[in-house]
Amino acid sequence: MSKNSEIGNGFVPSGQLQFGVFFQGVNSGTVWKAAESGSQTDFDSFRHLAQTAERGLFAAFFLGEGLRLREHLGRPHSLDVAGRPDAQTMLAALAAVTDKIGLVATQNTTYNDPAHLAHRFSSLDLLSGGRAAWNVVTTDNAWTGENFRRGGYLEHADRYRHAEAFVETAKRIWDSWEEAAIAESETAATWSAPGSIREVSHTGQHYTVEYAPRLPRSAQYRPVLFQAGDSPEGRDFAARQADVIFSAHPAYEPALDFRRDIVARTVKAGRGPNDVQIMPASEFILAATAQEAVDKKAWVRSLQIGPQQAIAYLEQFWGRELSEYDPDGPLPEIDPVVVETSETRGSGFHGAKARQLADQWRAESKDKGQSIREFVSGKTSRVDATFTGSYTDIADTLARYAKSGAVDGFNISPWLVPTGLDDIVNHLVPELQARGVYPTEYAGSTLREHLGLPVPERPEQGGNTTATEVSLQLAVAAQQL
Amino acid sequence: MSSTENSLPGFLALELDGDGAHPAAWRAARHTPAELLTGERIRATVLAAESAGFQIATFSDGPLVAGQEGHAGHDVAGRLDAVQRAAFAAPLTHSIILVPEVDTVFTEPFHVATQLASLDYVSGGRAGWLVAASGTEREGAAVGRAKVEGAALAAESAASVEVARRLWDSWEDDAVIRDVESGRYLDVDKLHYADFETGPDFPGTGYSVKGPAIIPRPLQGQLPVLAPLRLIGGNGLEDGGLNVGGPDSGIDAVLVRAREVSELAAEVTRIRGLFAGRVAVIAELDVVLDARGQSAAERIAELDSHTPWHSSGARYTGNAQGLVEVLTEILATAHGVRLHPAVLDVDLDELARLVLPVLRRRGVLAPTTTDATFRDLLGLDHPASRYAAVEKQSVDF
Repeated sequence: MSKNSEIGNGFVPSGQLQFGVFFQGVNSGTVWKAAESGSQTDFDSFRHLAQTAERGLFAAFFLGEGLRLREHLGRPHSLDVAGRPDAQTMLAALAAVTDKIGLVATQNTTYNDPAHLAHRFSSLDLLSGGRAAWNVVTTDNAWTGENFRRGGYLEHADRYRHAEAFVETAKRIWDSWEEAAIAESETAATWSAPGSIREVSHTGQHYTVEYAPRLPRSAQYRPVLFQAGDSPEGRDFAARQADVIFSAHPAYEPALDFRRDIVARTVKAGRGPNDVQIMPASEFILAATAQEAVDKKAWVRSLQIGPQQAIAYLEQFWGRELSEYDPDGPLPEIDPVVVETSETRGSGFHGAKARQLADQWRAESKDKGQSIREFVSGKTSRVDATFTGSYTDIADTLARYAKSGAVDGFNISPWLVPTGLDDIVNHLVPELQARGVYPTEYAGSTLREHLGLPVPERPEQGGNTTATEVSLQLAVAAQQL
Repeated sequence: MSSTENSLPGFLALELDGDGAHPAAWRAARHTPAELLTGERIRATVLAAESAGFQIATFSDGPLVAGQEGHAGHDVAGRLDAVQRAAFAAPLTHSIILVPEVDTVFTEPFHVATQLASLDYVSGGRAGWLVAASGTEREGAAVGRAKVEGAALAAESAASVEVARRLWDSWEDDAVIRDVESGRYLDVDKLHYADFETGPDFPGTGYSVKGPAIIPRPLQGQLPVLAPLRLIGGNGLEDGGLNVGGPDSGIDAVLVRAREVSELAAEVTRIRGLFAGRVAVIAELDVVLDARGQSAAERIAELDSHTPWHSSGARYTGNAQGLVEVLTEILATAHGVRLHPAVLDVDLDELARLVLPVLRRRGVLAPTTTDATFRDLLGLDHPASRYAAVEKQSVDF
């Protein structure tokens, strides 16, 4: 890999950063034990974060999606924040109390129907005046499927093929109304111009759609598409379909490598080198001075991973109760009882070779002289995703990302709800603005305008796409890689 | 709830869909056709309804009457998602109850339950659910399923309502404990699997839903559920429809229609007797008022010349004073009346100026109450979770 600045393939850095905020709602990243920790479900918490983000000219407010409650050793996991609202319902409410910020809902292609989901996104997009986005995710496990009529029907290998057909269908639904489909006045002969709305038809392996779309295009034409998968298949999917990648590579050098990889894949997919933007997930622990920030980080970490969470973290790999072990002592000498499965389901760990991992971790913690708690805190906090420092130092650090084009911005997960963005908006944003790398006003009124994304063109071909055509398109796309 | 007579003042609900109940209402609206499908339109109508003194706003969904086969595009062919419209209205309002219509046949029950619980949170406990089940071929085709009719339709509704009810109980009210000492955010003993399964007689493809819910228990514990009479078991259906009352597929309010205005009060009385006070009874009434110097009959004739209005329900056509008398009579026996104005922009003004104030002065119409829940309005207690009651003797995990 070449060094830093040259990314190649015609990519041109914008020199600018955008911020998003990700209201997590699950897992250990959100501190619930501090005096300032607020409700995870009250509307006021969401409103405060969204309005603070808007005051800081954030491009987007993100929500995740829950499909099954996380479990630990066969029961719901009790130690972390859990229980969150439906993303689009919450965002529709937030649309009423915000004016500019983009509203991004994570929604799964596996447990939704294309016609229903596309309709709901159109609805959110119209309600918000063109501020909606869909963070496309896939899942395939039967355990999640137990909450749904269709059950766990999808093979792991099929999930992106399924997702891509789903997204293609959604795009055709959003393309279905001509721009001037609706009458200009009440004296028109008909409410919508005859022939101005295409029906959408799809017959595929996993679903069949015969649908007369019920909503027109929005002020930003259609919702912006985010994508978060990091596998090679996920990256190619993003390169073909997405506008923005919600990436897992915030550290500088890996971010550059990731950008280079995505630019190459995007160009191969027949799109422009700047067509896919990148916003990594990140955490900020900031203070007036570097030392205060370091102290604050130690405090945050102690609240994120308490003694019980440290033990529970190991239990999910050991597959057994470890409550008799001292969180401030060394890792357990006994071996895991599981071979290769995670016992905290719904947490995203798959197929870790438990015994091998245990050996490795014991050695690693011994080398570093770490207790269980220190070791787990290091493992769970995604060291590379955290920016810790003074407002000015971190502003300098981020300016470097902007100049090289390593990322287009950061999707910030606040560790405190609802006040976790206050210091970022009050102190970091002005420093970034002073360095010329952050907007000083919203670029327009739609999310597409904030991000500088082009308005998609409506394809000429209307009518019906059969399964054969979709398969053909996918095969062509695959050959191009 | 006594069985036939209403001792308390009643409530009024307003259907806020589109430009009004008349298919040609868009021709008489005070905005351009495209402005219908915006947040601004929802803001304007829901605030007008709240300040007029309506206790409830409903948000219709499902297939559009006008956009159907053969008439595609003649009248309004677009409709925003009903749950989202209600959610958008929630932070803008303080007293009005928000009740979206949500499909129970072709929509994933888990998603429906989560969305409605979320609406209860964003509205501070002012949410309800109007059960929809039309099961048309067109709706089914959108998700690759066949049409559903008759008893099967009622069975689908009952299953979907039971899934939601179980999921809403799957977190007890105080499951989020935030106990710093023990490091526990949740009390796992207060979370329960819903373990719903359709029975052997279920007419469609059977299914199961595991749970627990992904969202804590709704603020109201259980959202009030409303349904049209035709979906309730025992009304020409064999078995398996919705029930009145009860924790499973029980509903809290039934919507009652009659062919003529003059028959409505009697029909309400009949239904109240039938269900013996176990459910609130809401009468459905289409409304066209004299307005803007035109008689109601002239207004209808004009709109009908564009598209005829085929409504199956009783319709009041006339002046405001006459409507006051009709509503006074119906509210003497019904818990509430839901009005479907022909043209929202026109009829809502008349209702706000000439009808609701008079009803309130007469003591026929209840006052609006800021921050009261829908259950409060219906006189329902906050229910304990079904799982809390049997916690001691059952082993859920």
